[in-house]
Amino acid sequence: MLNSSKVVGLPLSRIDGPLKVTGRAKYAAEHFGPGMLQGYVLFSTIATGRIAEIDTSEAERFPGVVKVYTHENRPPAAKKDEQWKDEVAVPGHPFRPLENDRVLYDGQPIALVVADSFEAARDATSIIRVRYEAGEPHTDLKREQDNSYVPPVPRDKQMAPPPPRGNPEGAFAQAPHQISATYSLEGEYHNPMELFGTTVIFGQDGELTIYDKSQGSQNSHDTVCKIFGLDPEKVVAHNEFVGGAFGSGLRPKYQLFFAVMASLDMKRSVKVEMSRREMFYLTWRPTSIQNLSLAADAEGRLQSVMHHAMHATSQYEDYQENVANWSGLLYKCDNVKITYEITKLDVSTPGDMRAPGAATGVTALETAMDELAYEVGLDPVELRIRNFIHRDQNQDKEITSKALHACYREGAARFGWSERVMQPRSMRDGNDLVGWGMATGVWEAQLSPAEARVRLSSDGKVVVSAAASDIGTGTYTILGQIGADAFDLPLHAVSVKIGQSTLPKTAVQGGSWTAASSGSAVQVASRMVIATLLRHAQKMENSPLAKATEEQVEVADGRLVLEANHQVGVAISDIMDAAGVTFIEENGKVEPDPSIQKKFSAYTHSGVFVEVKVDEELCRPRVTRVVIAVAAGKILNPKTARSQILGGVVMGLGMALYEEGLADHRIGRIMNPNIAEYHVPAHADVEDIEVIFIEEDDDKASPIGVKGLGEIGIVGVAAAVSNAIFHATGSRIRSFPITLDKILADNLLESETVQ
Amino acid sequence: MDLSSQTSSLPTCSVSLSINGQKHDLELHPWVSLLDLLRGPLELTGTKKGCDHGQCGACTVLVDGQRVNSCLKLAVSLDGSEITTIEGLGSPENMHPMQKAFLEHDAYQCGYCTPGQICSAVGLVGEGHAHNRAEIRELMSGNLCRCGAYTNIADAIEEVMGAEAAKSNKEAAE
Repeated sequence: MLNSSKVVGLPLSRIDGPLKVTGRAKYAAEHFGPGMLQGYVLFSTIATGRIAEIDTSEAERFPGVVKVYTHENRPPAAKKDEQWKDEVAVPGHPFRPLENDRVLYDGQPIALVVADSFEAARDATSIIRVRYEAGEPHTDLKREQDNSYVPPVPRDKQMAPPPPRGNPEGAFAQAPHQISATYSLEGEYHNPMELFGTTVIFGQDGELTIYDKSQGSQNSHDTVCKIFGLDPEKVVAHNEFVGGAFGSGLRPKYQLFFAVMASLDMKRSVKVEMSRREMFYLTWRPTSIQNLSLAADAEGRLQSVMHHAMHATSQYEDYQENVANWSGLLYKCDNVKITYEITKLDVSTPGDMRAPGAATGVTALETAMDELAYEVGLDPVELRIRNFIHRDQNQDKEITSKALHACYREGAARFGWSERVMQPRSMRDGNDLVGWGMATGVWEAQLSPAEARVRLSSDGKVVVSAAASDIGTGTYTILGQIGADAFDLPLHAVSVKIGQSTLPKTAVQGGSWTAASSGSAVQVASRMVIATLLRHAQKMENSPLAKATEEQVEVADGRLVLEANHQVGVAISDIMDAAGVTFIEENGKVEPDPSIQKKFSAYTHSGVFVEVKVDEELCRPRVTRVVIAVAAGKILNPKTARSQILGGVVMGLGMALYEEGLADHRIGRIMNPNIAEYHVPAHADVEDIEVIFIEEDDDKASPIGVKGLGEIGIVGVAAAVSNAIFHATGSRIRSFPITLDKILADNLLESETVQ
Repeated sequence: MDLSSQTSSLPTCSVSLSINGQKHDLELHPWVSLLDLLRGPLELTGTKKGCDHGQCGACTVLVDGQRVNSCLKLAVSLDGSEITTIEGLGSPENMHPMQKAFLEHDAYQCGYCTPGQICSAVGLVGEGHAHNRAEIRELMSGNLCRCGAYTNIADAIEEVMGAEAAKSNKEAAE
């Protein structure tokens, strides 16, 4: 456990902030090499079929163009699927750019133009002539859902549904209160503000320096080394600054392949940056259809939970995420059945997007819980409290900590929930119907294996390094805080080096595990440095620390001292002088503790409270107020932590009200592949958001007591909004996003029925 | 500076631009956008490309004091203009008050939309049309932030606007 100190637990500004606010932070496509060439991608305009003919002759003659690559002349690359699989690949056959004439999805890259300027590369792609033999596209999940199947190879065993328990069908039939409904969510696109880009600097001896937009520099490095058979020692991958990713940068994208391929082929430095449009042909949150049945006794106690989830995947990979298992563990219920299937469509492989699975499944569960609250006639918060459980029934394990009661209590109090009138359409503000809704959020608190290096110099300065990433999460700052805390230093005395494949091994940044994992590794390495200091100190003549143990000492004010009595100690500079060293450096490592994992599950939780106002005639909904109370263990930096939650909430508003890929299923193409027509929340859409942290003392979720914050902010938000819209209008919309046409149609239907 | 050596068989135009106080005499192809000129040949990568279609605002710079989406401006159309990019507003050692306010309010996460947000905010304050938080939100809506830092951005702008107003009140009183 890490206790609050002079630096840990304080709302400090980001140490990478000055570079970011002055435009000095360099992102992947912002590096330059001598004679650098630029690549631009041509993508398919059909969803399935083959390229019958591709004529690049005119493009090749275009002034400035150096080379055009298609499937007909692509340089050789790895042959086996295994060599194409990155650290977080899913079961199936990874996509290989320009491998053959087959087209598997709308927007598939089919040519790369490399030129001496960006403009020449871009313009030349427009004069490549392609003749297709198009097949009949299958992109409509509703139409294809009869072809759904249980994934034969699970992505990991945690994701498979838990075995059914009790008698869910029988209990459902006998219960006095039942609800059963279908919930659908349209596909979402990550759209980080930075376009995917890669710069490859070709060195004099053929060594490659790669700047890649990625959530893991080592994943980028290892993947290209495998694909192109490169000597790992001669390739360095960087991702010091990442302009957002939200899961889209977990698996390497094709621009990395193209930039490295062209660089190796031409022995030149090459940069490839995608267009915004291409960002819709990559990883996405899959379209999903879920059926949920809940039953409760007269007091609102859950008697049966049945959740069937199904979502889209591609023709070539079985993408999987944990959509429905949450329904078996968030509340107490002894009769549970969870099933999960996927359906192949002519689309690019979906991927993890902020709280993958949970954001989808908990939206359905928490909307269903609201429906049940109305069915039973109980306040929605009270219903959840009555079904509280401090145990993971899916895995039959204890839970490390669950301050969810406090989330409900504090969130409701700050929101003013007690003033709520249960009846829908009972609150208004002028022409607006006002609605208040709430939901619970849940996400796993994970620890992934991580290493970190800590160097303490005799001048008292500390360097912390790891191949961790900062995709906007605050990794630089919190790792610096943990290092500063260990050596009793101000934050500015610590420098943090991350985002490079040569640094100590770290997994991709995902799943909210970076702070817990890399943070713990920094703490372990720091304690090892202190242990080495003590050994050196004990070799000094008449050492006052001669009998001290590692556990009894700490660093204070530039000295190694007894924790119990700071008078007893030796200056760090004197210890290093005596030992004849100028610095001490140690590598620390953490991994999940199997003895804890066997007994415990760890989760983060939240209570989300939302106010919406819906114009009575136009049915336009807007979210005017959000209060979210989050229990996620130790908070290292309330300023950056709060920002993480704000970001999750804002993306949740997008999921609730705006974001959807609109396809023309007759041709299998996305019709709004741009950020004017694919709506993400803008300044005007985001009004008042209040974040409350309920600190938990948790010594099991991770060695430093941190649980992670990247995902929990989004989970439950869309359900809270949908529940608020129901409260405002009486319309229960089970299709997300809840655009005004859906509320309007439901209201018209209602008024027709009344007449 | 002659940036036309590449693809040199094609026509160019002479343009003179002042960028962050420095005069640049350039020979440019007429189809080069201000954004691509900055991010490419001039290596002023603080100005960001987020969509290239005027939809996201990441490329916002100040042209003669007005905020402009640099992806929608052809560089040759700006002959004689004064252009200020994020690099010209301040440096890590000597930040503009808006940059300081963004840092203090954590008005960014990944930092990619941030230069555009800051240039847009400086332009907004100069326009004098925003008088309250709702107007700030409305008039900043051309700058998207996918990390969702909107409320913190509004806080930062409010703080700078408040400080400017207090300063001008004080000057008026004197």
